[in-house]
Amino acid sequence: MILIKNAQIVNSIHDKNEKADILIVDDKIEKIGKDIEENPDKMIIIDASGKYVMPSFTDIHCHLREPGFEYKEDIKSGSRAALAGGFTTICCMPNTNPPVDNRAMVAYIKYRAKEVSPIEVLPVGAITKGLLGEELAEIGFMKEEGAIAISDDGKCVMNANIMRNALLYSKDFSIPVISHCEDTNLSEGGQINLGYVSTITGLRGIPREAESTIVARDILLAKETKAHLHITHVSTKESVRLIKMAKEWGVNVTADTCPHYISLTEEEVLGFNTNAKVNPPLRTQEDIEALIEGLKEGVIDCISTDHAPHHKDEKNVEFNLAASGTIGFETAFSVLFTYLVEKNEFELRKVVELLNQNPRKIIGLPPNVIKEGEKANLVIVDLKKKWEVKEENIMSKSKNSVFLGKLLTSYVETVIYNGKILKKDGVLNC
Amino acid sequence: MKHLLGLREISKEDIIKILNLAKDMKTILKSETKKTPHLQGYSVVTLFYENSTRTRTSFELAAKFMSANTTSISVQTSSVQKGESLLDTVKTLEALKTDVLIVRHSVSGVPHFIAKNCSFSVINAGDGMNEHPTQALLDMFTIRERLGTIEKLKIAIIGDILHSRVARSNIWGLSKFDNQITVFGPQTLIPPYIENFAYVASSLEEAVSGKDVVIDLRIQLERQKRGFITSKQEYYKFYGLNEDIMRYISGSTLIMHPGPVNRGVEISSEVMQLPNSTIDEQVTNGIAVRMAVLYLCTRKEGIYR
Ligand SMILES: [Zn+2]
Repeated sequence: MILIKNAQIVNSIHDKNEKADILIVDDKIEKIGKDIEENPDKMIIIDASGKYVMPSFTDIHCHLREPGFEYKEDIKSGSRAALAGGFTTICCMPNTNPPVDNRAMVAYIKYRAKEVSPIEVLPVGAITKGLLGEELAEIGFMKEEGAIAISDDGKCVMNANIMRNALLYSKDFSIPVISHCEDTNLSEGGQINLGYVSTITGLRGIPREAESTIVARDILLAKETKAHLHITHVSTKESVRLIKMAKEWGVNVTADTCPHYISLTEEEVLGFNTNAKVNPPLRTQEDIEALIEGLKEGVIDCISTDHAPHHKDEKNVEFNLAASGTIGFETAFSVLFTYLVEKNEFELRKVVELLNQNPRKIIGLPPNVIKEGEKANLVIVDLKKKWEVKEENIMSKSKNSVFLGKLLTSYVETVIYNGKILKKDGVLNC
Repeated sequence: MKHLLGLREISKEDIIKILNLAKDMKTILKSETKKTPHLQGYSVVTLFYENSTRTRTSFELAAKFMSANTTSISVQTSSVQKGESLLDTVKTLEALKTDVLIVRHSVSGVPHFIAKNCSFSVINAGDGMNEHPTQALLDMFTIRERLGTIEKLKIAIIGDILHSRVARSNIWGLSKFDNQITVFGPQTLIPPYIENFAYVASSLEEAVSGKDVVIDLRIQLERQKRGFITSKQEYYKFYGLNEDIMRYISGSTLIMHPGPVNRGVEISSEVMQLPNSTIDEQVTNGIAVRMAVLYLCTRKEGIYR
């Protein structure tokens, strides 16, 4: 039994925050109420005075790198890093080696996760065989085996006919198509956002239209096919605008953006910082504002981390050779809090929607809720704690965080998943 | 002492220091022996990942005139792909007791990357589309020598601004001296936000009229394939410094070009031979400027602390 005392519960955007004790018995929340009797012999007592308790988080876009790139991350290390950040459900992208483009690979990921992961790992299958953008992968079989979405993430399905067929075909299996929108003819050779910083550093730029033209294309394809299109890691104001129009138009489209796109600009690249090399690239203040507005209005449905671990040797190289991507699990919540909640862009309750309800809805899962009778999946956060992101504190195998050296406010201290305390007072327990 | 990575990050005072010293170095160049002991005992390595006989020779001569031990390494891109990383190469050069590395690379930021990972001095001899600081310094030296000042001038830079490290270094360097800078070229070769740093002219006539200096840039003919330009002929007609455009340029306007020149594409042979063309002089001044930079980068009392 676990008793969380004096918890400030932040359940959802609709609920009022309530202050109460939470009693957890086995894997469920047995009771929520004032002054639940303490029994130190029988229960673990956690004093949450001054802290906030929220449902644990779900990430619909991350890279665990297993199989094939275990030197960057594996299912075990990635899951632990996710857990450290308060995530108890994560969806891993199929661009492994071999890629997750068939039933056996989906089964493999699920099997490995069951063996080594303390949390729930849900595989995303490929849209096309070998992620080559040519032939559709066996979407039905993959879904049967447990894939919760399909995506060729890392690559754009450039052939519009294949993308159209993927959307049509996905409908029979009620599985969302997650689109990495990047016109590779426009982005070819590009390293960072095409703009002010590319001009002053001489790094090749990727024009914003590389993203937005494919967003527009996929919206049109989703409109006609009436399939569920999910646009991931949205980074530009034009994309937000297009998605807004599409929603008003009745298109079945959802979208996410990542913590780094709503907090940092292209200027992070100055000094040729390869940790700031991500794809799509970091954009401008105007984009950040549009993305935040999109989150407020519900145009952007949720936050994903796009946790993309890379070994030091893949980052400490010439800029054009550096791998794209930043890790993101362990900083996601704190970044949202520091850059949005603390700056009064929106309330803490909204974060629950962005990291729990909405991502889960997109992949067809019910939300985690802190309610009597529900599974005990929750996090306890200290909203006052300030911490600097440092390599030595990172749980992920790779340390390529774009937030290295940044000072963040708020910290996920404790994580309880299915009634088990997996992280307590900042220390992993699994 | 330390590095010369670019003109964006160094101060006006440092630039003046280099230009003043280059003036002294030029007198050495004019002497019969062309030898000073300034770099005696120093090991200077040129590491070029891109072919450039011109810049490399200029650096090597500069080092040799100052009695340095020089080694040149040219790397074919193909052998780079065979395994040894740039970081490995840098570590090896460090173990070989290199004092100064002069590096040219097709990727912006490579000299910065090397400087972060080594203990020796790094001089940027051109990195991608980022900077070519010694070229801009020699342009500034040439302008000062000819016009007596590098302040409050009207300067036009013509051509491929987008890909040009020469343009960038010149803009960053010249901007520190209160000069009015105008750029012009095909729209495909004008980078975004350049208007924050220079006036973008709407025609070649407008760009060159009333200027003290016109810096013409080299155009890479491969750009045609990627849709940046259409043809040599068309480029020459609309963006080249030909006889037609000379009507808008006064006899006292300096005409500069970093070379090597595509004759009849960026500039005509006739224009190159005008008395106000400084193209050959720039080459000579390049050695003097590089001597100055080498000297300052190897001195504790030099510009970089
Ligand atoms: Zn992606």
